[in-house]
Amino acid sequence: MSSSHPKESWNSRIGIILAVSGSAVGLGNFLRFPGLAAKHGGGAFMLAYFVSFLIIGLSICWAEWAMGRAGGQKGRNSSPGILAAITGQSNYKYFGVIGVLIPVMIYMYYVYIEAWCLGYSVNFLAGNLDFASGEEASAFFGAFVGAGADGSAFGFGIKQVGWFLVAVFILNFILIYRGLSRGIELFCKYAMPALMILAFVVLIRVLTIGTPDPANPDLNVNNGLGYMWNPSKTIVESQNSDGVWTKINEVVGENAIATATAQAAADGSLRVRKVSLTQQLLNFQLWLDAAGQIFFSLSIGFGVIINYSSYLKRKDDVVLSGLAATSANEFCEVGLGGLMTVPAAFTFLGIAGATGSTLGLGFNALPMVFASMPAGALFGFLFFFLLFLAAVTSSLSMLQPGIAFLEESMDIDRKKSVSVLGIITALGSGFVVYFSKDLKALDTIDFWVGTFLIFVLATIQIIIFGWVIGIKRGLKMANQGALFKVPPIYGVIMKYVTPTFLLIIFALWTIQNVFGYNILTGEQDYSSYVNDLFIQPNGVARFSVALIILVAAFFTILTAIAPKFKPNDEGGNAK
Amino acid sequence: MTLGGWIIMIVSVGSVTCLFSWCIHKVLTTPEEEEDKIHGFEIETPDTKK
Repeated sequence: MSSSHPKESWNSRIGIILAVSGSAVGLGNFLRFPGLAAKHGGGAFMLAYFVSFLIIGLSICWAEWAMGRAGGQKGRNSSPGILAAITGQSNYKYFGVIGVLIPVMIYMYYVYIEAWCLGYSVNFLAGNLDFASGEEASAFFGAFVGAGADGSAFGFGIKQVGWFLVAVFILNFILIYRGLSRGIELFCKYAMPALMILAFVVLIRVLTIGTPDPANPDLNVNNGLGYMWNPSKTIVESQNSDGVWTKINEVVGENAIATATAQAAADGSLRVRKVSLTQQLLNFQLWLDAAGQIFFSLSIGFGVIINYSSYLKRKDDVVLSGLAATSANEFCEVGLGGLMTVPAAFTFLGIAGATGSTLGLGFNALPMVFASMPAGALFGFLFFFLLFLAAVTSSLSMLQPGIAFLEESMDIDRKKSVSVLGIITALGSGFVVYFSKDLKALDTIDFWVGTFLIFVLATIQIIIFGWVIGIKRGLKMANQGALFKVPPIYGVIMKYVTPTFLLIIFALWTIQNVFGYNILTGEQDYSSYVNDLFIQPNGVARFSVALIILVAAFFTILTAIAPKFKPNDEGGNAK
Repeated sequence: MTLGGWIIMIVSVGSVTCLFSWCIHKVLTTPEEEEDKIHGFEIETPDTKK
């Protein structure tokens, strides 16, 4: 390594596994996954989910771990440096810029959400979240995050996000300043087991709820689990004047199904229909949601794993470590998240409370659930503190790629790099938090960076691994020092199946979510994100995209002029 | 919850729990490569190679 700065590394194998799994485990595990599984029906969704896990999840995860470690052995820790070094071609460094842009931009709004989690846990302890209705919960959330008007999030009372935001921002930078092993690794070593213990405590509470309201015997934890995991669904449909049947709602529980059946028998325009597992599997939206969940949940295509694994030693086992980190995430998602939030929401609020967006479930429905539960303040505190820990371990991972990039591109030490990144992210977070009305800035950056660009980077990475580096050399890289090798079938999967599957998913996602084209009905209505930029311009949305472009341009210029990103510099040429 | 629901839940949760437990067991019981000790030279020196 040409730099005079000492090379950082992980202290132990379990340390990096906890750090990578900490990066992956976040709000999506406890809020997004159960919501999607319940929406599509547990059986069908899990089938698509596990197929996606094998085809997309493991493939990209192993590719990123292998490429990162190989880049690290060539003295590179940032995504541009790694891609230039392992391909031996300087131009690939520009693809690597996406791997720095994604975590830095996501950090700018993720730290805001992290502050909500801390704020909600403190407010539960203070007894401020004893809501009697959904409107109350919604009003508290709106006031807390400043969704009513731009600039209103900068309040500094206990019922406002201000102090919590300052606290989490400082905590993140203290930990990141301490370095890889004394900061990130040390924190994750305690935070991840603590997170799992907290999740177990809340899970046991949820599974022992029984039937909290005897007047509503269908609202019990058994039906809550059934709503999420039953392979077939029972839905009520109504017929319009054109003779077309449309879904009104889903019913769960013997009494509810009997009542709906009796209503349908009395009213010819209603019918009760059972949707089988096979019929659910024919819904392409289910496959899109399952693949998307695997993709975002595992933190693949974020630019984090490739950076973290670059600090590994030459013979560290990336196959086992990659699988272990992935399985930890899956355990938290399916084994803990899948049994906790949706069944709890169903038991207290019924189907209406258990459906909705990730943020709706997390910050509107669940506070009401805890408010209705005996010792709810304690369990509410524990649950939101667990979300907070999950968020911190994720946000730390978003800073390290930026730190490594600034160290390499500007040839500065960690202290200066942390300062520069601190200024960039503080300005960016300030922008996101100031434009809090309807969370427009957060939502816009999340869509274009946290979703769109992640698809792009993951596709680029798997194509580079399978086609530029070559699958034979790529697998050899991955298998170096491995206790067990990547199964040979993954040679074919990583070269052909994963890129094809990803490109199809990406194309369908873009058609549906960007161009707003409904493949099933043929109707087109541009998504709000396109609408905000081109059709009915929204100033905040445009400024948010301008911020993304500005940061991307800054990183691209640094990449272009940095001597370290040329493959011939210090062992860069891999060929 | 129906019988099918129980089966799907147990298989899903059980499979990820088993995979996670197996991985952690392997990670904790497999000795780590102490690279610092061998870095820079071969353990098996050329004169011992047949």
